[in-house]
Amino acid sequence: MNKRSAPTLSVRDLRTHFHTKVGVVKAVNDVSFEVKSGQVMGLVGESGSGKSVTGFSIVGLIDPPGRVVSGSISFQGEELVGASEERLQKLRGNRIAMIFQDPMMTLNPVLRIDTQMTEAIRAHRDVDKQTAWAEARDALGQVGIPSPEERLKSYPHQLSGGMRQRVAIAIAFINKPDLIIADEPTTALDVTIQAQIIHEAQALCRKTGTALIWITHDLAVVAGLADHICVMYAGRIVEEGKADDIIDRPLHPYTIGLIGSVPSHNKRGQRLYQIPGMTPSLLNLPPGCAFRNRCKFDDQECLIEPGTTKPVRGRQVRCYHPQRAETVT
Amino acid sequence: MTPVIATRDLVKRFVKKPDLAGVIAGKLGAPVNEQVVHAVDGVDLHVIKGEVVGLVGESGCGKSTIGRMIAGILEPTSGQISFKGRDLDELEDAEAQRAKLAVQMIFQDPFSSLNPRQRVAGIIGEAPLFHKIVPRNELSGYVDEMLQRVGLDPEFKRRYPHQFSGGQRQRIGIARALAVRPEFLVCDEAIAALDVSIQAQVLNLFMDLREEFDLTYLFISHDLGVVEHISDRVMIMYLGRIVESAPADEMFAKPNHPYAQALLAEVPRLDQRKRKFHPIKGEIPSAINPPKGCHFHPRCPHAFERCRNEAPELKEIAPGRESACHLNDNGAA
Ligand SMILES: Nc1ncnc2c1ncn2[C@@H]1O[C@H](COP(=O)(O)OP(=O)(O)OP(=O)(O)O)[C@@H](O)[C@H]1O
Ligand SMILES: Nc1ncnc2c1ncn2[C@@H]1O[C@H](COP(=O)(O)OP(=O)(O)O)[C@@H](O)[C@H]1O
Ligand code: SF4
Ligand code: SF4
Ligand SMILES: [Mg+2]
Ligand SMILES: [Mg+2]
Repeated sequence: MNKRSAPTLSVRDLRTHFHTKVGVVKAVNDVSFEVKSGQVMGLVGESGSGKSVTGFSIVGLIDPPGRVVSGSISFQGEELVGASEERLQKLRGNRIAMIFQDPMMTLNPVLRIDTQMTEAIRAHRDVDKQTAWAEARDALGQVGIPSPEERLKSYPHQLSGGMRQRVAIAIAFINKPDLIIADEPTTALDVTIQAQIIHEAQALCRKTGTALIWITHDLAVVAGLADHICVMYAGRIVEEGKADDIIDRPLHPYTIGLIGSVPSHNKRGQRLYQIPGMTPSLLNLPPGCAFRNRCKFDDQECLIEPGTTKPVRGRQVRCYHPQRAETVT
Repeated sequence: MTPVIATRDLVKRFVKKPDLAGVIAGKLGAPVNEQVVHAVDGVDLHVIKGEVVGLVGESGCGKSTIGRMIAGILEPTSGQISFKGRDLDELEDAEAQRAKLAVQMIFQDPFSSLNPRQRVAGIIGEAPLFHKIVPRNELSGYVDEMLQRVGLDPEFKRRYPHQFSGGQRQRIGIARALAVRPEFLVCDEAIAALDVSIQAQVLNLFMDLREEFDLTYLFISHDLGVVEHISDRVMIMYLGRIVESAPADEMFAKPNHPYAQALLAEVPRLDQRKRKFHPIKGEIPSAINPPKGCHFHPRCPHAFERCRNEAPELKEIAPGRESACHLNDNGAA
């Protein structure tokens, strides 16, 4: 991949807030990152950290009381913040696709799979029905669905969960989009099915040069899949860099704790490193660094929200006192 | 040594009622078969005192069904469960009651397993009071002690479940189980619903309690990394049957059964970067119509004629190791 090529997606200073009755939920709060063609970016964080809202913001699926408050989302040079719904709809399912944790967000329960797939093709490309049908069949074969001709005639409820998710993935890839956002697509599935799906996603990205954002809470999954990792905590990206750097040499106390608490990273039977305290509610975050009440390095400085350091070889961290793993766990 | 818990040829079948379309078809005279789910299909297992045994396998393979039968909340279709060497259905009332209390279950969803209208003090104190484990005048102190043991502030006991986080609710569920002085805990996906950073806290708690209360565990989980970490021994299930049982380190280092090998190869690991995934082919077949012979044969790369007709038995292949695969008879595995 040409390093200097313009990124497929560039997100700058994105803020997406929900104005609820009980207060403002700053679900995404000053988030910036880039993804290049053919690259896999892993967006990692615990539940409620803002991963899905980041994904929904990019595809323009934020509904009231939520709103993109500020920032820029540039897709192949085109600004998506403020773009018309018509334009976004045209991009979705064609140039940008999203795979949801629940495949029924993509699938229509009352339509046969072949109808849904050929419509997805013909909505964006001028091909006849037969060609579209053949493409749909091949796409199902590609995601490892056995006897695709048969499956095309089924309704979603006649398929297992793993198969539905693979159909949703086939639909996401069918128009060879330039960007795919996959939001925990394998979290509800068994490891063997997860491996099949990751395998297909990897292969398709390599072949079509699609940029892929893989959202997950599972560090081990992105370790095996991503080129680049962004770690989110309480609406912010606290650390980003190459996958190897993040996993082997994490700098942010939260990332270090998270990696330290993964069982396979620990000696069998020994106590796991544990991050003290709880994940915070976004409604009443304390001022300053959001990780402050769980961090053993916090001091006076941390009372003021830390900014992100200047990137060094793609590496950035949002912390006053970056650490080495040994000092934390 | 007499196992704390053992099962012999344990079977559970569920009869699935036909759905609406089936009922209508039946009314119109079409032959409609009642569908039978073979959830647990002849399981022999044993757990020694102090052991932590991990039970893993893909969704629907029968893990929870085994756990629920062992915990006495689901009646087996056939087969035997014994507690400390004695068959449960031969025990007298009082003994049966004691055996039942000795085996407690911790569930995945800490919320739905706690009564939302009951205060924490009641949730934890009800059973020990009812079973006369603690006299009423000592109950309050006893509840405080249980809360402390699971790392919660005794101040919390006047609160209701919804006032807690997921990790705290799981701790309440654990305190409730501990309060009846169990010897054996069945943990069914007990940390699956928790945030990653909270999972480590609860796993540590399980390990501490094991020491403190001399507990034995059946630890059910689909998270192989967690199972590898916590278990002394691991059993792998496929479609209602145990296919392999081995000490955890040996299982993860050198699984014997072809399904165990394939499953363990899929586990995502932090130390494997940009790996190529080589998934097992095909779907998990349905427990309604499991394949004849070895259940794994349609997906097994080594299947041969005998596998299609004859179910392999779970047999000892080395000291402390059992596997159910015909290849072991040929000395080829
Ligand atoms: N009450 C029931 N009625 C009918 N079928 C049932 C019932 N309970 C379980 N089953 C079926 O029995 C089989 C085993 O289910 P079980 O819940 O034990 O699986 P499991 O291994 O715990 O799966 P998971 O990993 O998804 O929790 C499945 O096919 C399931 O659909
Ligand atoms: N429709 C909504 N209304 C109010 N708050 C919301 C809404 N959707 C998401 N949030 C909040 O935004 C935060 C981030 O959510 P989300 O992006 O879904 O997290 P995750 O990282 O688990 O995907 C959470 O605090 C969540 O409660
Ligand atoms: S900024 Fe301060 S409180 Fe926040 S993670 Fe860094 S050291 Fe800890
Ligand atoms: S018995 Fe046959 S089909 Fe079953 S696992 Fe062994 S070789 Fe494969
Ligand atoms: Mg989400
Ligand atoms: Mg279960």
